[in-house]
Amino acid sequence: MPSLKEYRDRIASVKSTRKITSAMKMVAASKLKKAQDQAEKSQPYATAMAEMMGRVAANLDVGAGSSKLLVGTGKDDVHLLVVVTADRGLCGGFNGNLARKARMEALELERAGKTVKILCVGRKGRDVLKREFASKIVHSFTGIGGKNRIAFAEADEVAQYILGQFDAGEFDVCTMLYNEFKSVLVQKPSAQQLIPFKAPESQANDNVSDKQAEKQALFYDFEPDEQEILGQLLPKNLGIQIFRALLDSAAGEQAARMTAMDNATRNAGDRINALTLEYNRARQAAITKELIEIISGAEAV
Amino acid sequence: MEAQDTFNFELVSPEEKLISAPAKMVVIPGEEGDFGVLPNHAATISSIRPGVIEIFSNDNEAPQRIFIAGGFADVSETNCTVLAEEAVNVKDLNKDDLEQTIRNLTEDMTMAKDDADLKRIEHKLVLAKAKLSAVIGGIVI
Repeated sequence: MPSLKEYRDRIASVKSTRKITSAMKMVAASKLKKAQDQAEKSQPYATAMAEMMGRVAANLDVGAGSSKLLVGTGKDDVHLLVVVTADRGLCGGFNGNLARKARMEALELERAGKTVKILCVGRKGRDVLKREFASKIVHSFTGIGGKNRIAFAEADEVAQYILGQFDAGEFDVCTMLYNEFKSVLVQKPSAQQLIPFKAPESQANDNVSDKQAEKQALFYDFEPDEQEILGQLLPKNLGIQIFRALLDSAAGEQAARMTAMDNATRNAGDRINALTLEYNRARQAAITKELIEIISGAEAV
Repeated sequence: MEAQDTFNFELVSPEEKLISAPAKMVVIPGEEGDFGVLPNHAATISSIRPGVIEIFSNDNEAPQRIFIAGGFADVSETNCTVLAEEAVNVKDLNKDDLEQTIRNLTEDMTMAKDDADLKRIEHKLVLAKAKLSAVIGGIVI
């Protein structure tokens, strides 16, 4: 049985752990607020961009002359997975879940006979994937956002890298895996295809959208022409999609950390209670034992 | 019916919505030349080269001048939305700083490692020069 001093030390150590986790929880809560604000602020741009893309696409016949970013290379052999995770741990299953999804995705693609390349954004995902797919990781970005807010320039850097690789014919299809921020309690690992670009609403040439296209075509002038505008919009749109994923992931990371730290704080509290109980029991047992010794000593005289 | 003499102007960057206010006229540096937007302008989508947007919100006031590093404009009869990646108020730009930046970048050009590097620096240089011309109101080559 541990001595009383050992109990005291253990209680003290769990108490200081609890202090740390509860402080981390509070820090995460305030960072979450900031991250959510930022995500909200970036919404108008994304919406406006999506609208513009819709208008341009509606006025354009998607054909052979279209940008490769829209129609693809015509092949489906090499897949690039962009894995967006956090740089830091201690946030529950946030990074682990995404890394698992990435791993499954990669294995599935390989089983289908495709070549897989991986681009890691965030240190944690890279560390996990490195074990199994070291040779497939083409590049990784870490330290995004750092201590402050995420700048669009950082997302753009990732986008430029992807575009550079695409232009060099390094891959045919690009899919981004990131934690979608559903709510403070739920972050869902999701996949989004970046190249070739798939609009959230289908751009199928059915009759309804054809009519809408005609209607809009009557109204809009393009300067320079549609093809060229689209050619400029698509790369920008890629940056925006990545930026949004980064913001979502940042908010999700803080939310996950907050939840994890909340649990840890509660567990530490439970542990302290249990230890205190054991400590008191041991203390009383010691007192009783001493009393019995004294009494039986006195009786013997 | 009285014609509306203002329209809604919005300037959005990826990070936040910068301006959302009624305006009488906005001059936009389009890819193929500057164009002014008045209320009831024909619907247009145009890309924008690095340059200065001038926003006239009042007859008597000098326009608000904002430098943007390229982007897109979406104009309809009652709305004008400008998407810009980088936007700075011309008043906040400093001539000496910009000249220094240009000197640094020109120097960097000679030391560029590869084509990609050179391209990036060149891009920055173009932006810095455009900013400088916005400040001094002339053209910098």
